[in-house]
Amino acid sequence: MAAQILFFLLATVAIAAGLGMLLSRNPVGSALWLVLNLFCIAGLYLTLNAEFIAVVQILVYAGAIMVLFLFVIMLLNLDVLPEIKDIEWKKVFGFTLGMGVLGLLSFVVASSLDILPNEISARRAAEVGSATSLGEVLFTQYALPLEVIGILLLAATIGAVMLAKRKPV
Amino acid sequence: MDLTQSFSSLGADIIVSAPLVLTMVMGLVIVVLDAFRRNHVATPWIAALTLAFGLVMEITRIGAASGTAYYDLLRVGGMAAYVNALIFGSGLLTVILARPYLESIGHHIGEVYALILFASTGMIVLGTANSLITIFVGFETMSICLYILTGLVRTNQGATESALKYFLLGAFATGFLLYGIALMYGATGTMYLHEMQSAVGDHQTMFRSGVGLLLVGFLFKVSAVPFHMWTPDVYQGAPTPLVGYMSTASKSAAFASLILVLYLALPSTQWIGVVAVIALLTMVIGNVIALAQTNVKRMLAYSSIAHAGYILVGLAAGSPEGYSGALFYLLVYTVMNIGAFGVIALLEWDGTQGSEQSLDSLSGIGYKKPLLAWSMVFFMFGLAGFPPLGGFIGKVAVFGPAIHSGLTWLAIVGVLTSAVSAYYYLRVLVVFFMKESNPDVATDNITFSVPGMSAAVIVLCVIMLIVLGIVPTFLDVTASFFDGNMLATLP
Repeated sequence: MAAQILFFLLATVAIAAGLGMLLSRNPVGSALWLVLNLFCIAGLYLTLNAEFIAVVQILVYAGAIMVLFLFVIMLLNLDVLPEIKDIEWKKVFGFTLGMGVLGLLSFVVASSLDILPNEISARRAAEVGSATSLGEVLFTQYALPLEVIGILLLAATIGAVMLAKRKPV
Repeated sequence: MDLTQSFSSLGADIIVSAPLVLTMVMGLVIVVLDAFRRNHVATPWIAALTLAFGLVMEITRIGAASGTAYYDLLRVGGMAAYVNALIFGSGLLTVILARPYLESIGHHIGEVYALILFASTGMIVLGTANSLITIFVGFETMSICLYILTGLVRTNQGATESALKYFLLGAFATGFLLYGIALMYGATGTMYLHEMQSAVGDHQTMFRSGVGLLLVGFLFKVSAVPFHMWTPDVYQGAPTPLVGYMSTASKSAAFASLILVLYLALPSTQWIGVVAVIALLTMVIGNVIALAQTNVKRMLAYSSIAHAGYILVGLAAGSPEGYSGALFYLLVYTVMNIGAFGVIALLEWDGTQGSEQSLDSLSGIGYKKPLLAWSMVFFMFGLAGFPPLGGFIGKVAVFGPAIHSGLTWLAIVGVLTSAVSAYYYLRVLVVFFMKESNPDVATDNITFSVPGMSAAVIVLCVIMLIVLGIVPTFLDVTASFFDGNMLATLP
């Protein structure tokens, strides 16, 4: 029960933050709304026992990528967008209703065709989604690809610096 | 999971794959060294010694039984050792050829050698991959390093353009490859090549779509028609000795991986037609367009497309004999192409890195630089496939199995297009020896010297080419990889 309440709470805030991002007239404001949205999604992952993805979501998206966004926004010196004049509430209502019906119908069709993904028990999810189990696999079975990807990223970094920065010797 | 046991098995794997690990680590060493001692004289030698060590290690293991390492992600010994030896060998020759060249164009940067080592790492992972994961990781590592090496000369507009082209098209090819991998995994539920055939079950359509997309990725890398568009531009724009590296080592890795995929994962009857048609198109289009080229590097680029076609003929045969022929052809091709690009690199005296140099500007050079020109004679006859050079045996090794598999029409087209190719290969020699120096181009004033190490590499390539042509034992070596023990050693 608590999990469901938490889900609806987080989902509502996530949707509200998404709307806020779209409707905010200030680019920096938009970016901050998006951060809130990403945090809520991370919370949803937590309720699904996928702790690793939740942490990565915050570290990578809310942390690194958003900082990058903010830098770009500030460097480009974007103007404040013009105010939204008149919203046609009828259309908004119609769109929301239409999407809701579409979602419901697709669910019904999908479940009748039996193509919905199987439900994963909470215990299994906790086993697979934890950082411990992921780390164990990454550093034993997939140790070689992991290291080679490290080399790949290093080479890409070196290349970016070499091509963009280095003056002819 | 018992971690202690896992780590001890990883430790054993590191020893088995020592050349690969060493290449990675020495690449890092060069990066760190270059940060403190910029463009230190020792940098190229560190890279060369690493590659030489790897070459020797792998050559000693060619005769060993093949096995797997890193939880079956990578193959070692046997065919894998042979492919690695090819990659290390072409890397080593390239490093020796590239050092004086990069110095002369003012781009002697330490990172280049680190990138060559990293690219070799990627190629080895790709060429010996036993799983779709390692294929993808190796493919990407190799590609990224090659994009950077292509755009090395930033001040040259052609180089920048070709690097961007290569990068954009290559990114698309990677996308295709990844999508193919996803579909293949979806259809079979396994990433391991040797488990795929039995695990396909009733997901045939999905599996075949995946294989198709995977093939697109591979065919792009080996520059087969119709995925060849990037090749002439990239080969024309990139620094010449590095083009030799790109065209040989990356092709060896991609073809070796393709052979493993075809041999282990795909029942041969289904894709034989596709590969045969692509081989046909590649041979015809590569050779015909090469006829019209005036720039030497562009001509060699189309010739390398045509050679990818010849190798695909061996793959289309779909028999162990064909695969071993293709592997042998890769060795011959490596020797010839490294040598040819090395000679062209040394003959670039106009300072445009060969991107604008026309064939006519080299007329009469044969009497001024006899060593280079006579080496070129061997490489050109080898590429055209004249006996008794290695190129001839290579063509026999790929066309013969195709005839045995009933693809006589393909072999006939192959032989005819080889005859066509003789025209543009021999034209180089005509220009070198039989034309008067062009009065507009002051070839009389050319004062460049040939560095001793580079000359040694080119002479070595010539000797290898002759040896490969008259000593046929190498073909038995590649044939021994497919004696049936390759599948037997798998778990």
